Amino acid sequence: MGHGAPEYTLKFGDVFSLTFNLSTVLMLILSAVIVFLIAFISTRNLKLKPTGMQNFMEWIMDFVRGIIQSNMDWKTGGRFHVLGITLIMFIAVSNLIGLPLGGVYINHELWWKSPTADITVTLTLASMITVLSSYYGIKMHGMKHYTGTFFKPVSFMFPLKIIEEFANTLTLGLRLYGNIYAGEILLGLIAGIAGSGLVGFLGGIIPGMAWIGFSIFIGFIQAFVFTMLTMVYLSHKVSKDH
Amino acid sequence: MGLEHFALNAGSGLSFNGGDILATVVIFGILMALLKKFAWGPLMGIMTQREELVSSEIEAAEQARKESSALLEEQKTLLKEARTEAQTIIESAKKQAELQREEIMTAARTEATRLKESAVREIETEKEKAILAVREEVVSLSVLAASKVLGKEISEEDNSALIKETIAKAGEAK
Repeated sequence: MGHGAPEYTLKFGDVFSLTFNLSTVLMLILSAVIVFLIAFISTRNLKLKPTGMQNFMEWIMDFVRGIIQSNMDWKTGGRFHVLGITLIMFIAVSNLIGLPLGGVYINHELWWKSPTADITVTLTLASMITVLSSYYGIKMHGMKHYTGTFFKPVSFMFPLKIIEEFANTLTLGLRLYGNIYAGEILLGLIAGIAGSGLVGFLGGIIPGMAWIGFSIFIGFIQAFVFTMLTMVYLSHKVSKDH
Repeated sequence: MGLEHFALNAGSGLSFNGGDILATVVIFGILMALLKKFAWGPLMGIMTQREELVSSEIEAAEQARKESSALLEEQKTLLKEARTEAQTIIESAKKQAELQREEIMTAARTEATRLKESAVREIETEKEKAILAVREEVVSLSVLAASKVLGKEISEEDNSALIKETIAKAGEAK
C-alpha cells in the first residue's frame, strides 16, 4: 500500500489543466470494451426463440425492467431502460474486473484495479445520475414544477431538500466506491500474506478464496443497488406526485 | 490514489483530476450509445416482436378455440337432427311395412277366396256336366233296354223323347 497512481496531466495554458489517472482510464476503457463485447456477441443472430446468451441478455433486460417498474410506470420509465441496462452491466463488470489481477503494481504504481474503486469514477457516475434526473424532471414537467418540488411539502424544507440532493449524490457514489475499494484493499492484504511464504500461502489461500467469492457477490449486489437507487432518484424527479 | 488523492487535489485546487471525470462520462456515454445501437436496440426489437407474436398467437388460438366450439355445437345439432331424421325414417318405414303387410294379406285373402269360389263354381259345372252326361247315358241305355224288351220297332226319336220325359218326371218327383 501507499503506492502512487500513474498520473498524466494535460496542461491548457498555465491556469487550466486536466489530470488523468491512466490506470482508471485504462480500466474504464477495458470494462467498457468487455461490456460491449458481451452485449454485442450475445445479441448477434437474434432469434424469436432465444438460445444461449440471448436468454441471458433478455434476462438482464427483464431484470432492469422490473427495477424500473417497481419505481415508476413503464410509460415514464421506459426511456431509462437503456440507461439502466448499461449502468448495471458496466458497474458489475467494473466491480469484478479488479478481482483477477487485484492490485498489479508497475513501478510502484497501481495499474490494475476496478475503475469503481476510484472515488472520482463513482462520484462522477452518481453526479451524472443527479444531473440526468434533474434534466428529465425539468424536461417533463417544466422549470416551475421542478423548482416547486424543493419547497414541498413546506417551504422551510428548502435547505433540507438542497442537502438531500447532495447527500443522495454523495451516498450513491461513496457506497459503491467504499464497497469495492475496501474489497480490493482487503484482497491486496490477503494476497500480500499469501505471497509472504509457505505458511503465509497456506494461511492466506482459504481467506483469499472466500474473499474473492464474497467480492463477486458484493460486485453484483452493488451494481444492482446503484441501478435501483438511480431509478429511485429518477422516479422522484420524474413522477408528478412527488 | 483514492480518497487521499481526491482530497489532496481538492485541497490544493491546482491539479484537478477532471481528466478522470471527463473520461468516465465520455466512456460511459460512448458505451451507452454503442450498446443502444448494436445490442439493446436489436434485442428490444426482437423482444417486442416476440411479444407481438405471442399476443397474436394467443389471439389466433382464442379464435380457433371459438371456431372449433362453434363447429362442435353445429356438429352436435346436425347429429341430433340426423338422429331425429333417422328415427322418423325408421318409424315411417315401419308404418309402411305394416301397411304393406296388411295390403298383401288382404290381397292374398281375396285371392284365396276368389280361387275357392272359382273352384267351387267349376266343381258345380263339372257336377252338372257329369249329371247331364249320366242322364244322357241313362236315356240311351233305357232306350236300348226298352227296345230290347219290347222288341218292337219304334222310332228311336219318339222313344227317346218319351224316356227323357219319364226321367225328367222321375227327377222332379225325386
